[in-house]
Amino acid sequence: MSKKFYLDNAATTRVKKEVIDEMLKYFDEKYGNPSSQLYELGRRSKEAIDNARKIVADFINADEKEIYFTAGGSESDNWALKGVAFANFNKGKNHIITTKIEHHAVLHTCEYLEKFGVKTTYLDVDKYGMIDLEQLKEAITPETMLISIMFANNEIGTIQPIEQIGEIAKEHGVLLHVDAVQAMGAVKIDVKKQHIDLLSMSAHKLGGPKGIGGMFIRKGVKIDNLIHGGGQERGKRAGTEGVQNIVGFAKAVELASKDFDAHVKKLTSLRNKFIEGIKNNIPDVILNGHPTMRLPNNVNFSYKYVEGESILLLLDMDGISASSGSACTSGSLDPSHVLLATGLDHGTAHGSIRFTIGEETTEEDISFVVQTMKGIVERLRMMSPIKNDEDLYKK
Amino acid sequence: MYTEAVMDHFRNPRNVGSMENADGVGQVGNPKCGDIMKIYLKINDETIEDVKFETFGCGSAIASSSMATELIKGKSINEAVELTNKAVVEALGGLPPVKVHCSVLAEQAVKSALFDYAQKTGKVIKGLENYEPIDDDDIHCH
Repeated sequence: MSKKFYLDNAATTRVKKEVIDEMLKYFDEKYGNPSSQLYELGRRSKEAIDNARKIVADFINADEKEIYFTAGGSESDNWALKGVAFANFNKGKNHIITTKIEHHAVLHTCEYLEKFGVKTTYLDVDKYGMIDLEQLKEAITPETMLISIMFANNEIGTIQPIEQIGEIAKEHGVLLHVDAVQAMGAVKIDVKKQHIDLLSMSAHKLGGPKGIGGMFIRKGVKIDNLIHGGGQERGKRAGTEGVQNIVGFAKAVELASKDFDAHVKKLTSLRNKFIEGIKNNIPDVILNGHPTMRLPNNVNFSYKYVEGESILLLLDMDGISASSGSACTSGSLDPSHVLLATGLDHGTAHGSIRFTIGEETTEEDISFVVQTMKGIVERLRMMSPIKNDEDLYKK
Repeated sequence: MYTEAVMDHFRNPRNVGSMENADGVGQVGNPKCGDIMKIYLKINDETIEDVKFETFGCGSAIASSSMATELIKGKSINEAVELTNKAVVEALGGLPPVKVHCSVLAEQAVKSALFDYAQKTGKVIKGLENYEPIDDDDIHCH
C-alpha cells in the first residue's frame, strides 16, 4: 500500500501505543466496577481513576477534586453551559457571552438555552479570529452569569488571550468557561493563573481514546448536574465510569506533559515550513487564522477560485487526509461559520483546506503535500469558470 | 460516498475547458453557494457539434457537468433541451441526496447555453419559449 499522510489531527489522532497498552488491562484483567469497594477488583479500578484524576489535574494546575470525567468535549461544553444556566435560573442572571467562532457544542447549546429565556451575546472576531477584549468588557451586564470562550479554535487555530479574558471575568465576578479541547497538549493551561472556572477537555485530540473527556470545575462554582443517576464522580456525573477510557485519557495526558516543550517546538517549526511552502508555491491563497497566535499543528488556507471538497477528493487519491470549511463537506448550506466570522466571503470560504500535522508528520511529508496541493489547485483552477477576484466577488 | 461513475467523471472529466467563438454560452450558480457551471456550445445545423464546460464546485458538480456534456454532445438542440437532471443522476449511477442539486445545476447550465444560442440566432427552441435566465440574486443555495 502506498504511503498515507494523515493531516487531520484536529479531527482526531491515532491512539498512542502506550495508551492502548495501559487501557487493555482494564478490559479483562482489572475489570471491576469502581463503585464496588468491598472487594479488591473494585478497589483497583477506583485507584486507577483516582490516579488518572491526579494526572489530569496536575496537567492544568488544578486540584484533583476539581476534575470530573465525562464522555468528551461536547458533553463537557453542554454541562458547563446548561449546568451554570440551570443553577442560575430565577436568580436574576440569564446572560451568557460567547463568540461567533465557538464549536457547535457551545453554539447549539446556547441556542437551546435561549428557548428557556437565556440571552446570548456572540462576540465578533477580527480577520485573524481574535476577539476584542473591549467588546467583551462592554458586553458584561449585571445579568451575565457566564463567559464561554474557546482556548484555541479547531478550524483556524487562533489562540485567544485567555489569561486576560480570565482577569476580566474575575474583575466582574462572572464565571469563565473555556473549551480547551484543541488546546490540550498544544498550549500551556494553568487554570489558576488564567482564572478559569470551568474547562472542557477531550482525550482523542492528543493520542487518547475517543468517547472520554473531562471537565475542570473550580471549587465553589455553582453548577447543576447534566447526567442524573448514581453517585459517581462525587455525585456530579452519574454513570459507571469508563475505567479503561479514563486511564487511557490520563496516559495520553501524561505522555503529552512529558515532552511538551519539545513537541510544541517541533510542530511549530514544521507548521511554519508548511505555511511558507504553500505561500511560496501557490498563488492567490489566504492564510486563515492568526499568523503567530495559532496552534502549532494548524495550517489553514483558502485557495481562491476552487472548491474545498474537490481538493479533498484529489488529496485522498494521493493518500492525504485533510478537512475543509466548504459547505459541501459538512452537509449544511453554508461554509464554515468560523471562516465567515473572520470576514471571508462565501466563495473564498468554500475553498478552504485545513491541514493539522501530528507527531508522525515529517518535513518530507510536508514537501510532498505542498507539491501535491500545487498540482491539485492548478488543475482545479484550469477547470474553474472563476478566474479572478472580479468573477469571485461579483453578485 | 460517490459511485464509480461519479469518481470517474470527477477524476477524468470529459469536455473540460472553454471555447472561443461559442454559439451559445450559459452560466448558472454563484460562488456563495459553492457551485458555478459554465457551458459552451458549438452548434452546426441544429446539432451540438462540440461542448465544453468549466465548473467551480464539489466533486459531484464537476462529475454532473462532465456527464451532462457527454449526454448532449452530438445531439440535436431539441434533444439537448430535453436533458433532465434525473437523466444526469441516472447516468452517474446515483448521487447522494444532498448532491442532487448539482445535477439540477447541470440541466440549467445546458438550458441556459441553449437559450443564449436562441437569443443570438433568433431561433425558437421548443421548450425554451418561456425560459427565463435565473437571476443570481434570487438564488437560494440548494
